[in-house]
Amino acid sequence: MIHSLFLINHSGDIFLEKHWKSVISHSVCDYFFEAKEKAVDPEDVPPVLQTPHHYLITVHRGKLFFLSVVQTEVPPLFVIEFLHRVADTFQDYFGECSESVIKDNVVTVYELLEEMLDNGFPLATESNVLKELIRPPTILRSVVNTLTGSSNVGDTLPTGQLSTIPWRRADVKYTNNEAYFDVIEEIDAILDKSGTTVFAEIQGVIEASVRLTGMPDLTLSFMNPRLLDDVSFHPCVRFKRWESERTLSFIPPDGNFTLMNYHVSSQNPVAIPVYVKQSISFFESGPCGRLDITIGPKQTMGKTVEALMVKIHMPKAVLSANLTATQGNYTYDLPNKVLVWDIGKLNPQKLPNLKGILSLQAGAPKPEDNPSLNIDLRIQQVAISGLKVSRLEMFGEKYKPFKGVKYVTKAGKFQVRT
Amino acid sequence: MSASSAFNDEKGGSSSVGEPEYGHDPASGGIFSSDYKRHDDLKEMLDSNKDSLKLEAMKRIVAMIARGKNASDLFPAVVKNVACKNIEVKKLVYVYLVRYAEEQQDLALLSISTFQRGLKDPNQLIRASALRVLSSIRVTIIVPIMMLAIKEAASDMSPYVRKTAAHAIPKLYSLDPEQKDQLIEVIEKLLADKTTLVAGSVVMAFEEVCPERIDLIHKNYRKLCNLLIDVEEWGQVVIINMLTRYARTQFLNPNMNESLLEEGNDKTFYGSDDDEDEEEEEEKKSEAPMPKRKPYVMDPDHRLLLRNTKPLLQSRNAAVVMAVAQLYFHLAPKVEVGVIAKALVRLLRSHSEVQYVVLQNVASMTIKRRGMFEPYLKSFYIRSTDPTQIKVLKLEVLTNLANETNISTILREFQTYIKSMDKDFVAATIQAIGRCATNIGEVRDTCLNGLVQLLSNRDELVVAESVVVIKKLLQMQPEKHSDIIKHMAKLTDNIQVPMARASILWLIGEYCEHVPKIAPDVLRKMAKSFTNEEDIVKLQIINLAAKLYLTNSKQTKLLTQYVLNLAKYDQNYDIRDRARFIRQLIVPTEKSGALSKYAKKLFLALKPAPVLESPFKDRDHFQLGSLSHLLNAKAGGYQELPDWPEAAPDPSVRNVEVPEWTKCSSREKRKEKKVEKPFYSDSEGESGPTESADSESDSASGSEIGSGVVGSVSGTASEESEEGSESEEEEEEEEEDEKDKKMTMKKELKKPVQESESEQSSEEEEERKHERKKSKARKSDSESESDEDEDSESESSQSESEDSESEAEVKKKKKAAQSKPPSKPVKKESKKEMSLLDLDDFEPAPSPQVTPLNSFLSNSLATDLEGLSLSDAVLSPATLSPCSALKSYELLHRIRGEGLSVEYCFSRQPFSPDANMVAVQMQFTNNATSETKNLHMEEVKLQSGMRVKEFPEIELLPAGETATAVMGIDFCDSTQAANFQLCTHTRKFFVSIQPPVGELMRPVFLTENEFKKEQGQLMGMNELSEKLTLDAECRNEHAIVQRVTAAANLSRVPCGSDRECRFAGRTVTSGSLVLATVATKEEAAAQLTVNCEKMVIGTMLVKDVLLALTQ
Repeated sequence: MIHSLFLINHSGDIFLEKHWKSVISHSVCDYFFEAKEKAVDPEDVPPVLQTPHHYLITVHRGKLFFLSVVQTEVPPLFVIEFLHRVADTFQDYFGECSESVIKDNVVTVYELLEEMLDNGFPLATESNVLKELIRPPTILRSVVNTLTGSSNVGDTLPTGQLSTIPWRRADVKYTNNEAYFDVIEEIDAILDKSGTTVFAEIQGVIEASVRLTGMPDLTLSFMNPRLLDDVSFHPCVRFKRWESERTLSFIPPDGNFTLMNYHVSSQNPVAIPVYVKQSISFFESGPCGRLDITIGPKQTMGKTVEALMVKIHMPKAVLSANLTATQGNYTYDLPNKVLVWDIGKLNPQKLPNLKGILSLQAGAPKPEDNPSLNIDLRIQQVAISGLKVSRLEMFGEKYKPFKGVKYVTKAGKFQVRT
Repeated sequence: MSASSAFNDEKGGSSSVGEPEYGHDPASGGIFSSDYKRHDDLKEMLDSNKDSLKLEAMKRIVAMIARGKNASDLFPAVVKNVACKNIEVKKLVYVYLVRYAEEQQDLALLSISTFQRGLKDPNQLIRASALRVLSSIRVTIIVPIMMLAIKEAASDMSPYVRKTAAHAIPKLYSLDPEQKDQLIEVIEKLLADKTTLVAGSVVMAFEEVCPERIDLIHKNYRKLCNLLIDVEEWGQVVIINMLTRYARTQFLNPNMNESLLEEGNDKTFYGSDDDEDEEEEEEKKSEAPMPKRKPYVMDPDHRLLLRNTKPLLQSRNAAVVMAVAQLYFHLAPKVEVGVIAKALVRLLRSHSEVQYVVLQNVASMTIKRRGMFEPYLKSFYIRSTDPTQIKVLKLEVLTNLANETNISTILREFQTYIKSMDKDFVAATIQAIGRCATNIGEVRDTCLNGLVQLLSNRDELVVAESVVVIKKLLQMQPEKHSDIIKHMAKLTDNIQVPMARASILWLIGEYCEHVPKIAPDVLRKMAKSFTNEEDIVKLQIINLAAKLYLTNSKQTKLLTQYVLNLAKYDQNYDIRDRARFIRQLIVPTEKSGALSKYAKKLFLALKPAPVLESPFKDRDHFQLGSLSHLLNAKAGGYQELPDWPEAAPDPSVRNVEVPEWTKCSSREKRKEKKVEKPFYSDSEGESGPTESADSESDSASGSEIGSGVVGSVSGTASEESEEGSESEEEEEEEEEDEKDKKMTMKKELKKPVQESESEQSSEEEEERKHERKKSKARKSDSESESDEDEDSESESSQSESEDSESEAEVKKKKKAAQSKPPSKPVKKESKKEMSLLDLDDFEPAPSPQVTPLNSFLSNSLATDLEGLSLSDAVLSPATLSPCSALKSYELLHRIRGEGLSVEYCFSRQPFSPDANMVAVQMQFTNNATSETKNLHMEEVKLQSGMRVKEFPEIELLPAGETATAVMGIDFCDSTQAANFQLCTHTRKFFVSIQPPVGELMRPVFLTENEFKKEQGQLMGMNELSEKLTLDAECRNEHAIVQRVTAAANLSRVPCGSDRECRFAGRTVTSGSLVLATVATKEEAAAQLTVNCEKMVIGTMLVKDVLLALTQ
């Protein structure tokens, strides 16, 4: 299926290649470079390219391109999803997924790729299995390894692949047994000029960090599972139990993982935590424009809005911005034409305001397009949809684990049109 | 670049031994860049006997490979280390070997013996890894060795090794396609494998080696469907895609009736009564040549596939979700396809590459099934931060979703897009507006006005695009819009984009009679700038000139001449050609002949307005989600999605359990079988419950009779089918009709009971219960007979000679059914209570009625009838847990209780007030000298979810007397203790009851087949297996049964093999199935297997039973 993989950095160097079948010359990547030249933004490179003999399927992650070569029919999403999984694995192993870190760990990377695919077909993609096969590098271990000559490759043969629950390692032991769950909700919204909501929805995810000894069987139930409209699960979740009882029953993987993603049913109106009063106008005569933005709290469920940030993609003609902010700092990134206003905590008594003059390129006509505002924010300790975990139970093991649930609301793709 | 030069060397195939080609590489990063030396010292390191040095060398070499550099000259030095003890060195050597073996075939052979040894290793993981590397070495000489290894591995004990064998198949196939036939044999064998680990890999091999051999799937179809949910994600994708193709060849189109209906609807929508009449006629006509066109009934196997894939829409893996979505799109009845929309919309939150692919597929789907995505319209709204390619795709989807009701919202949305900074996107938006305007007449004028406003936009691209779109719109109704044409004529002064200029000129020429004054003037201007124009503009100028000459030759004759003369000497031959051609046509000369008479007709003919179509139209002939669909071109190895068959192929090929069935596939009887199908498959216990997709189902045709027979009992079943019976059309072939009725009657006879009892239970449970009931019926016959019964039953309906007989059977059956209506309600009640053990309910009364039937009915029928009526009576008490062996536990000791002692035991009787409770029988003995009063319970402390039904207060217990009471506890399927206080009139005692796990279940009755099927569904993590050595006194079957049933409240399941004892039960609270198998082997060895959805219960049960059997 997947024939070869090339890792390409932003400047177009191929810095790693791996072939699972016979070797394919890396000149095949030239087709990709051609397409990359054409695209303005790396995001605009088509993920699937056709060349005379091969198909190139690419994903873009952390300034790197993962380019896979395919020769025959294969579902494109299959490859795309797999490539992202590879990137996730690197992230998991090395803390980040960047060129330098991959170069530094090239042997581990190669060993990982060797295990993840066999003849181009995914073999072991579960992080728990991989970690048994190839231990992630730590500073301590690399010191020990250089001294003793022992290796990163697990000396015990992995059993995870044989088990029927491949996502969990065998013989997990912890002195502190803990299970933490983060309920993170994101508001996706489009507000129009006048502040009315064009479209709003809440997407949520439950991130888990479970460090429990043995084979615990967990059950997580909600106070109001009816809120959940659409869900997707980690494979460990028993779907039948969800269908019948609306509880999450699962044997968790060891470590951090995404337990479920959900979408809150659209019947419930979405609480929009802030309102934005804005006016951006460009004068018909003279090379300047005026900008005035005020942000205030709307439906915040009694909590403070934190990490508030406004990002504006300005029209190309805008040369500089001379503004005053009553709170926080603003920066104008000239090459990318992005104005960022970092506000921080929202104080309801004293609303933050950004006001001033935008100067335009001399002689340029008045821009017709209006920039839109992208808002970023965070509200701690509340899930904006009102979702609540009612309890977490553990079966199968005798000890009492520490349990904890945290709620956070964030802005997802939150956009105000002007 | 140095990298590429090194690469070229390698491609040249030069094994440049000793050439210092790495030394001059300054750019290499990572660990080896610093101390990069020549290969000699690498060789030295490899030859040393220190593992750490070897490892260091191998790491450098692998890094070289990773950077795409040639390291082939080290081959001999590396390959020596293939047997190295250090695992990491070994693995890196494997990496190297696989990479270079192809180039150094002879040397690679040196390593083969190591792998051959590895293949025999007792450790499964070593066997697997040896096979994996061996099969990855692309050396043709070892093909026979590989073949042998694969064959051996395919029958390995370990599923992991078998999985590796499946992976090796495509490798060998690509190395030597001649092995295909042998490989297919291996694939066939592995397809029959029952483990989830193997399933995905072998289907992948199947797809690569022999996707055309669809016949190999038949036997494994149901198993694959059932295993699907437990297969790993990547395997799921492959299996689902393959099953989509399979289903297209094997089942009938579930929408075949609807597509006809749809046409009808369309007509009524437009039309008058006449149309409707016509349509009716048409339908009649279309029916005549298609005698097959009977009400559609979905094949249960088809349903099974749809049902088992649906949960996977909730997968976290986008590829799996997409695979299910395409399966539903291609296979599901129209009404059910909607479920996929939500899941696909969810994927739009994922990475942009995922969005890109999903949107492409959504765009294709929206053309055929717009309604499905309409509720999610807003999810396709565009954000300024989306990449352009995503924006354009979303726009496509929005355009496809536009209809009369939502067009105003969509247009408002489009309006904001036009202000975007991304000009390519704005252009796409304008085209989208144009398409909305052509598709929806009501908004055409609004759109046109909006577009005209855009003509004054500052951006030329926007104006040009608007012009092109306006041109297309105007073609639809030019007479109304001469002012727009005039406006556009003025634009020629400013607008420079060739396509737009050409469009304007064409418009003016085409509709010159609407703008008689302006047109010649435009031509004048154009003639002036002719030489500077682009080619497409020049061609349109010539066209304009010709058209004006024909309509208004007075004013434009000279101008036309001038333009034609200019064109005559143009550099472009097309333009010269066109000029010559037009001159001949419009300027009459002696030579020109007949054609010029028709010049006007030729040029000013009414042109049809262009249809603005989605580029995604008809893309769905490619399987959605495939690479070919995305590229809209067939990719190598793409398997066409076949069209639905006219008539369904023999469905019995998928039957697995009785091999004889496959032999008799008399084609002419197929239709009949089709009808009967659900009937069989129930008895076979493999496929899902019968379902009819539309109300015109077969069962409806017989429903009148059916409901008559079944009477009040039928309840929901007959109601459902009666809906259809009204609309039912007359059957033309009477014979056919009659047969159908009989068949449906059979069904009806079974259905009501089945459905009435399953009212509150889930679909699956319904199935199970139904089977259970049958199994009880069968108990009366001996084991082997019941198997034969199935045979005879199937054969009777298949072979023609027996047809008449079956008719008779049905009648008898009918009579029989009528004769015993009372037995059913009784059964129904009892079932609801789940109290199979309540022997009191079952008087042996019905049996004498049935025994005579047995003598003259075929066996099969008898079993059926028993299934209906007397099943429970046939239960032999022997299958129940032996009550005598009840173990009692102490609740309160006589000393602690100050004379009062209490013992309790689990009576294994159903607790009548609440079926979910375990009955606990308590025995109170008053050993004191005085009487005890008011014995009751207080302060019940329970774990959450648990409930207790207290025993009635015992008012008086005289000294020396004994009393018993029964209480019920719902333990919630856990072994948590129930704590409470036992109170007398003077004292309180804290006591607790903790159940052994074996008491948390109640026995159920399964047949061997059902047991196997259920066991098959409870594989994987739900299965626990333990080896044991049987206790000396427990080596016969009887002893085993006794001990197991004593340890756990399970009932025995009949079993063909005398080496196995099987037991089944359900947990009391949740009703989860608990299956236990004790397989005895040589000597006292045995294996205990427990399958249970609740793993905690399973684990504990294994412990308990193990204890019971070993002590």
